[in-house]
Amino acid sequence: MRGWFASHRRTLFGALSRIITSPLANLLNIAVIGIALALPLGLHVMIINLQDLARNFSPHPQISIFLVRNAGEGQARAIGQRLRAHAGITGYRFVPRTQALADLQSRSGLGDVIAGLRENPLPDAYVVNAEKRTAPDLQALRAEFSRWPGVAEVHVDSDWARRLDSMLALGRIAVLMLGSALGLALIATTFNTIRLQILTQRDEIDVVRLIGATDAYVQRPFLYFGSMIGTAGGLMAWMMIWIGLQAFHIQLLPLADLYGIPVQLAHLDGIDSAYAILFAAGLGWCGAWLSVRRHIKT
Amino acid sequence: MTRISISRVFKRYPGGHEALADISLDVEAGEMLFITGHSGAGKSTLLKLMAAIERPTAGSVIVNGQNVGTLRARGIPFLRRNFGLVFQDHKLLFDRNAFENVMLPLDIAGFDRREGARRARAALDKVGLLHREKAPPITLSGGEQQRLCIARAIVHRPTILLADEPTGNLDPKYASEIGMLFRDFNQVGVTVVLATHDPRLAAQLQPRQIEIRSGRIIT
Repeated sequence: MRGWFASHRRTLFGALSRIITSPLANLLNIAVIGIALALPLGLHVMIINLQDLARNFSPHPQISIFLVRNAGEGQARAIGQRLRAHAGITGYRFVPRTQALADLQSRSGLGDVIAGLRENPLPDAYVVNAEKRTAPDLQALRAEFSRWPGVAEVHVDSDWARRLDSMLALGRIAVLMLGSALGLALIATTFNTIRLQILTQRDEIDVVRLIGATDAYVQRPFLYFGSMIGTAGGLMAWMMIWIGLQAFHIQLLPLADLYGIPVQLAHLDGIDSAYAILFAAGLGWCGAWLSVRRHIKT
Repeated sequence: MTRISISRVFKRYPGGHEALADISLDVEAGEMLFITGHSGAGKSTLLKLMAAIERPTAGSVIVNGQNVGTLRARGIPFLRRNFGLVFQDHKLLFDRNAFENVMLPLDIAGFDRREGARRARAALDKVGLLHREKAPPITLSGGEQQRLCIARAIVHRPTILLADEPTGNLDPKYASEIGMLFRDFNQVGVTVVLATHDPRLAAQLQPRQIEIRSGRIIT
């Protein structure tokens, strides 16, 4: 068992030294892998940050409940009572139709037109602050309010947030597609790198097989090499995104000051970073395995 | 005890060339056997069948009780570890020094490194190359390279030593040295099978001999 570990350790250092002894060629390979990974990963990081940003932009999503035009005072009061008892809201405000008309008159500059109206076209309304801010929660509230008697229409002023959410969902699909395509490219890259290595070491492979090396022994250095190239590519992608985020941050600061929003661009967290790099290592291993398998079978 | 038992073996290559025809041969444990004949007669093919480098078209090759012809692919590496192989072209690895070349079979077999190093040095000493252990094979003479190849073949203490034209390119002095090495191994119980057309070596060692001509044993 100790011999087995020692043998693995030697193979590991052998693969490392192989990377170090031809740095330029390997650096180029690593760069290719790094860029291929940085694209989908960077997009993923961008989406995460956009989501956070969207949450910051709508701190108090409001729901407007418009009553039916002919709602009496009683019906309006009943709705007020239901709102007071509702657990999902933090506050509400009644806007009587007369006040709404007065507001419109004074603010819109359409005073003359409105004054010429024979009757008030506006309904009574409630403006409600919801406790939860996510799009599905707001939609649930909206559906609930719509069913109440005397309610004509419910508007959620964070509709744009919902639209952003569905756009981000599209973005996530794009990340997945891009990730799969470039993951394949990564496998192809390591496949080719390892194939070239096998070609230059073909004699060596034949000799060790003649003197009793198992397939596992022959494969081992190549698998290590592939995983290392993958890992290095993953680290490179991570660094590229980090640098990109710093650059973005500097550009965003003045803009954020202008809007008075705290901007904190987040990189992948520790666990996601580890997954990403492991994934890259796995893809490298995969490419190496396919390559060396193909050689052994022939 | 029979180390290698070959019975009614035929080897036909794709394209119809018949390298071996109806070969039957037993090699006893501890025996030294020379396979002689002109180049192209089938000597190398016979050795390759023994080491499972080639498989027979028909007939059976049994090594240490294992039928090589029906052996599964994953069993072959372990069968090969019974052998020490000496090649005419040495097949040394030029990216590592003499010592590391000799370590290779032990490394493959998962030997403890320190114990392995001790054995590798003993093997290098046996062939008279201990003082060159750090030397890259490319800097060794033809005779030294052949001795290095022999050290690598015996370091894991195989029961059978197969050598294909081991003195092919060597001058008489080197050839005789190598002949002595084979005799020494044989004397400690290693079965030695040697393919050669070097009559001096046969005269020196006086082994059992068979001659192959056009793929058939004639004597």
